[in-house]
Amino acid sequence: MNTAAEFCLRLGDSDLVLSQRLGEWCGHGPVLEEDLALTNVALDLLGQARLWLTLAGDLEAEAGGQHRTEDDLAFLRDAGQFRNLLLVEQPNGDYAQTMTRQYLFDAWHLPLLNALAAGGPARIAAIAAKAQKEAAYHLRRSRDWVVRLGDGTTESHRRMQTALDGLWPFTGEMFAADAVDNAVVPLTDLQTPWREEVSATLALATLELPAAAWMQKGGKQGVHSEKLGHLLAEMQFLQRAYPGAQW
Amino acid sequence: MVALPQVWEWLQEVSDPEIPAISVVDLGIVRDVRWHGPELEVTITPTYSGCPAIQVIAGDIASHLRAHGVQPVRLTTRLAPAWSTDWITERGREALRQSQITPPAPPGLTAIAPQVACPHCGSGDTECVSTFGSTPCKALYRCRACREPFDYFKPLA
Repeated sequence: MNTAAEFCLRLGDSDLVLSQRLGEWCGHGPVLEEDLALTNVALDLLGQARLWLTLAGDLEAEAGGQHRTEDDLAFLRDAGQFRNLLLVEQPNGDYAQTMTRQYLFDAWHLPLLNALAAGGPARIAAIAAKAQKEAAYHLRRSRDWVVRLGDGTTESHRRMQTALDGLWPFTGEMFAADAVDNAVVPLTDLQTPWREEVSATLALATLELPAAAWMQKGGKQGVHSEKLGHLLAEMQFLQRAYPGAQW
Repeated sequence: MVALPQVWEWLQEVSDPEIPAISVVDLGIVRDVRWHGPELEVTITPTYSGCPAIQVIAGDIASHLRAHGVQPVRLTTRLAPAWSTDWITERGREALRQSQITPPAPPGLTAIAPQVACPHCGSGDTECVSTFGSTPCKALYRCRACREPFDYFKPLA
């Protein structure tokens, strides 16, 4: 796969996997409004994933490779071929874990989309310009929840800190740029503004910024935890059991 | 060949499947209509990336135009520039109000927190219950004055 296609695949896979995780909450949200919000964010991310995966397939074909559709890419690849961030495949856990994961992702997603919309190649910029408006809305909501739960009861505070400490080692990968990232966007430049945004929110939420720790990576290169396999087993079941099924 | 103003008039009759009061033209979804020889091309832009209504809308547009004798019809999706609630026409905003949905803050005012007026009693004393509502484009509000819940069409600019 060529560089631009690979880059689109990374964004598309992160959107798709996070969307699937959020979809797991459907019918299980703590209150009706949250159930709707989680699934609406999932829907936005799924829509974005479709655009990125379609473009990835087109770019691959234009470079002389085979032409794969969004469905081929979503349903017919195994875990080792997925390029999503490890952060988004982490399980939902409790609400603290789901909202912390969302916030850490949104705070990265929005400035990345802004950078792509402003300076990315035309077709990538078009998708980013569309997605950035949705991402801004997602960030506002997940930031509110981090503050509300962090600065909430003793129990909610404890759970938030636990979630934050557990997810923190998966944040380094978001800024660990390789040749694929560097060809499209200066990813490393986004780290300082991200850290400032996160620090300010955590201060409001009375949460401790985790100490510098060893960072896990590999998702963007296809090295995943077994958690992704379980997620894909559910997401891809229908196409695997009944190849080519349509409805 | 049918004149384009006539086509636009027909498109005014196609409504959003989830908010039937408003037409797809007043919602700002139809970006362009043009003839390519005998074929009519209708360019539409999606509202929210994942909004499932867009596929229904594309189908409704094609079948409505076919019913008026226009065929073949080609539907093209255009992403850039991205759809904005600023593209909702004044007629569209009024149609939303009539269906008890508060329209998005007008162009230019979307950056600041807008005062969201209750579509039932007009009071500005309202609160957001949930940032997401019954469709991707709406948030759920409640009026403190008349106690009624209502939908707010989220500004996206």
